[in-house]
Amino acid sequence: MLEIKNLHATVDGKEILKGIDLTINAGEIHAIMGPNGSGKSTLSYVLTGREGYEVTEGEVLFKGKNLLEMEPDERAGEGVFLAFQYPVEIPGVPNTTFLKEALNSVRRYRGEGELDAMQFVKLVREKTKMLHMSDEMLKRAVNVGFSGGEKKRNEALQMALLEPALAILDETDSGLDIDALKTVADSVNLLRGPDNAMLVITHYQRLLEYIVPDHVHVLAQGKIQVSGGKELALELEKSGYAEFTANAAA
Amino acid sequence: MTTETFTDHYSALRDALPGQDLPWLSRLRAGALEQFAAAGLPTPRQESWKYTSLRPLEKAGFGATGAPRACISIDRAPSLLPSASDHHRLVFVDGHYRADLSTRAPLPEGAVLTTLREMLGKDPAWLEEHLGALAQDDSQALMALNTAMMMNGFVLRLAKGVTLHDPIEIVHLGGAGDGPLAYHPRNLVVLESGSQATLIEHYTHMGEQPYYTNIGTEVSLAEGAVLHHYKLQAEALNAFHTATVHAEVAAGALYDAFGMTTGARLSRNEIAVRLAGEEANCHLNGAYLVRGEQHVDNTTKIDHLVPNTACSEVFKGVIDDRARAVFQGKITVHRDAQHTNGHQLSKVLLLSDKAEIDAKPELEIYADDVACSHGATAGDLDHDALFYLRARGIPEEAARAMLIEAFLAESVQNIAAQGLCPALMSSIGHWLAGRPREA
Repeated sequence: MLEIKNLHATVDGKEILKGIDLTINAGEIHAIMGPNGSGKSTLSYVLTGREGYEVTEGEVLFKGKNLLEMEPDERAGEGVFLAFQYPVEIPGVPNTTFLKEALNSVRRYRGEGELDAMQFVKLVREKTKMLHMSDEMLKRAVNVGFSGGEKKRNEALQMALLEPALAILDETDSGLDIDALKTVADSVNLLRGPDNAMLVITHYQRLLEYIVPDHVHVLAQGKIQVSGGKELALELEKSGYAEFTANAAA
Repeated sequence: MTTETFTDHYSALRDALPGQDLPWLSRLRAGALEQFAAAGLPTPRQESWKYTSLRPLEKAGFGATGAPRACISIDRAPSLLPSASDHHRLVFVDGHYRADLSTRAPLPEGAVLTTLREMLGKDPAWLEEHLGALAQDDSQALMALNTAMMMNGFVLRLAKGVTLHDPIEIVHLGGAGDGPLAYHPRNLVVLESGSQATLIEHYTHMGEQPYYTNIGTEVSLAEGAVLHHYKLQAEALNAFHTATVHAEVAAGALYDAFGMTTGARLSRNEIAVRLAGEEANCHLNGAYLVRGEQHVDNTTKIDHLVPNTACSEVFKGVIDDRARAVFQGKITVHRDAQHTNGHQLSKVLLLSDKAEIDAKPELEIYADDVACSHGATAGDLDHDALFYLRARGIPEEAARAMLIEAFLAESVQNIAAQGLCPALMSSIGHWLAGRPREA
């Protein structure tokens, strides 16, 4: 589904990603772990097309298409979804308006019919119930005045509505207490299927107890230093990242 | 249009102006004309016109509006309120009152809603007392021009304790004449103690002709009176629009104003409010969306004259292409005005590199125990928010439109007359839909 080949990227002229190779197949969950500043978030922004992240070398194919040539909204239409580490507050835009516009934009892109107001409300009710979200959160402006947990739930709601082929979860556990973490993880797990894949970016192993990965990669110094199964996450929990950062520096 | 062209208009029209048989009015007009001729059209050399040049107006040529054009085929003037709503409407075409297009619903006892021309016939003594009573600023040449040339307008008078539940809508349609016209509507609002009204002014167009509207309005609010005063200026893009408002607010009274500007090649709203009694309060809020070569100027002056008065002022603008906006807000807290609460803010979104805002917030404080603030911001759309929307599949233009709408929505949705919100929101939507991308 996703093939990243020798990906190099710079931010403000500084090279952050120094040759990433990663292949993710449908049905798989990959975790990328690593210390702060290793390039984890940069990777998620490069994949979703944020301004200011310049690819200097390498390529990324998504379902065989050149992902890097697409606009951010086209990537979303193709099925790439980023659950933000820090979801953005947008005063003045009601959450429902935003969700409906996003869903219908993606449906248009995919050649599916738009949902009318009634159909949308029915669908969104279904999803909020699943996520234990209040209707009140739909009426408020996007993420404005939301607690950390509510913001992450709102990300999960967007994911549930947009049904992405590839979900990138960027530090989804940050700012969550254990109950919120479980709820968000449950909803993510509901989306698991043979046709979609996930890339879970996290500093800590904790999240991976709830979203169990098939593969774990350690990203440090802009490169994947080592890959393994889910047991690698547990090892890291004990030993920390010092080994990899030291190796890479050496 | 030079100063001389306007004085020529006056000479040509003098005998046709209403109320020429009233000596006090003739004197008022003649004095105002003298003042206008001496001062001349404002130029950027004047401090309060530093950022707005009337050169484009001077280059244009307008005729004086004489007799109304007989037949203008129009069934109904546009309304900003739901068609089912039961409200009072006065409609003017090229500055002339059109009874056939207006709706004069029955008013409660003690309420008078009429035209200036009718009032001159019915109660000139009352007008003599109020007309020109508040517009005393000798530096305002355009207000003087209005006083000299005023032909018609509306008059609203409410006796003590009268509440008008239905809003009043004043509609001005410009550009309908055979040629370019200049006209000077004059309005008068006098609310006696404890009375309340909601007033909506709508300036729009129906023809192709360029025109110049120069409005003068005086608002007098006695103790405890409340006026919600809204204005949508959606004039033609080849029109000029200048408006001067003077409001005097007595103890416990509220002047609540919100103005939205989308139209006119060049426009200026100048509002002066005197908070003259304790617990007097005013809200002066505004929103504007301009593009192309448009120029919009909002100039406000609030005087806190006595203790315990409050004002709040928020102007938000969206400026695209080579358009230019001016915000000049002056709050003066006089020596006796202890415990004044005054807050002012100008916020602008600049959508192009060539868009420009000149913001000049000014606080002048002569009392020591006050809570006042002011601020001005200008910037592009929030890039983080834009990326967030796009990452959810919303195409760039739609995402930009959502953020622009959201920026102004807060101001619009805060107005007291909720029935007016849909029309204001749809004029924002209309503006956004007509936003061509420059290659």
